[in-house]
Amino acid sequence: MTSTVRDTPLRTVHERLGATMTEFAGWLMPLRYGSETAEHNAVRTNAALFDLSHMGEIAVTGPGAGAALDYAVCGWPSRLSVGRARYTMLCAPDGGIIDDLIVYRQADERFLVVANAANTSVVLAELRERCSPRAVVTDESEVTGLVSIQGPNGCGFLSTVTDLPVASMPYYGGAYGTVAGRAAWVARTGYTGEDGFEIFCAPADCEAVWDALAASAAGGVPAAGLAARDTLRLEAGMPLYGNELGRDVTPYEAGLGRVVRLDKPDDFVGRDALAARAAEGPRRTLIGLLARSRRVPRHGFAVLSADGERVGEVTSGAPSPTLGTPIAMAYVEPDAGGPFGIDVRGKTEPAEVTGLPFYDRRK
Amino acid sequence: MSVPAELRYTQEHEWVAIDGGTATIGITDYATQALGDVVYVSLPQVGAAVTAGEPCGEVESTKSVSDLYAPVAGTVVEVNGELADAPNRLNEDPYGEGWICVIEPTDAGELDALLDAEGYRKLIDG
Repeated sequence: MTSTVRDTPLRTVHERLGATMTEFAGWLMPLRYGSETAEHNAVRTNAALFDLSHMGEIAVTGPGAGAALDYAVCGWPSRLSVGRARYTMLCAPDGGIIDDLIVYRQADERFLVVANAANTSVVLAELRERCSPRAVVTDESEVTGLVSIQGPNGCGFLSTVTDLPVASMPYYGGAYGTVAGRAAWVARTGYTGEDGFEIFCAPADCEAVWDALAASAAGGVPAAGLAARDTLRLEAGMPLYGNELGRDVTPYEAGLGRVVRLDKPDDFVGRDALAARAAEGPRRTLIGLLARSRRVPRHGFAVLSADGERVGEVTSGAPSPTLGTPIAMAYVEPDAGGPFGIDVRGKTEPAEVTGLPFYDRRK
Repeated sequence: MSVPAELRYTQEHEWVAIDGGTATIGITDYATQALGDVVYVSLPQVGAAVTAGEPCGEVESTKSVSDLYAPVAGTVVEVNGELADAPNRLNEDPYGEGWICVIEPTDAGELDALLDAEGYRKLIDG
């Protein structure tokens, strides 16, 4: 079987910048442009640009859109004000996570649901089934590009090329406006643990938006690839679908029970299973680990108790550029206590439990 | 992608500089570009006996960890201790400051089996 790898609208830009490209969720994406550590540090201390055009965008529209989404996801989208966003999840009837999503209310009768690239088709199918006939569900992925600027200086840089007063936009707010003169939905969201903005625009406008942002600072704004995006989100303690989140996990295991709105008055998919899980407590606990060795814990490595028993598994691990030590998230049995070791390729390395996130820009 | 003509190479993307009776080894430009930023190099011990084709160290990068394979059997006579504080030298200067260790081969004849630059270039262009 041959598969088709899709290009984003910014393919030629990435080539111009000499990016190392990689296949990710069916898309050819920039992994890094030079040093991924430098890209990571640019986001923490300055700003950098990301091409996120692989993400899925699904519109849910019509007078019944809010109520339809309230049934489809575990959050409470109908309570969102226009111009605000929420992080939420699409769960299966058994409470397992089908995908984690950002839902933006763009108008009274229009919501934009952003799904992980790998899950877009399944999210689309579920939303179509769950929201019909109360709302119209439209796949807008093909007609939507996504450029993000992330980092403490991003707001100032973006403000020079947009007509929106982005400095006064609240975190998890969004508005229609222009960037580089092109129509866009601009939202103060991201996946890096820094202040940042995501700019949804037509694919044909992505390059103009990217070029304007890249030129918005003296000396230019650097680009950052998927490698930096992964270490940034890990430091920020943000879960990644396929690592911390999946069909075999409910939001409670992931420490994200707050996204499940059992206080919603009406039924929603997964309600009974999620209510039961909320009452009985999680079957696993997501923890943060700081390695006490320079050998890096990786996805799938076993977490061991002090007496060498396997009590869990690493879901994500990487050398943290900000902390200067390897970090990891892991699921462990709910009653497991430290000290823990991690089986790093046959040799047990000590690790210390730490609160999540590993990095908090407000501290 | 730099492939210096005077070096020899392995299928596992190590380079070998043969100087008199010793072999200095490192990993190639191609390898460092595939790995990304190197954050830690686990070095063999000086004096350790190594076996050709067997792991004798590890190279950790942001995204992955790779074994370092001994290109020939022999004894480790020197390691690049500078890498403990500056693992990124593998990225910055893979054929120079980023050298990893020096091996004294048990049988110098084994070195003849390594790829030459032309052979290695064919491997990475393959």
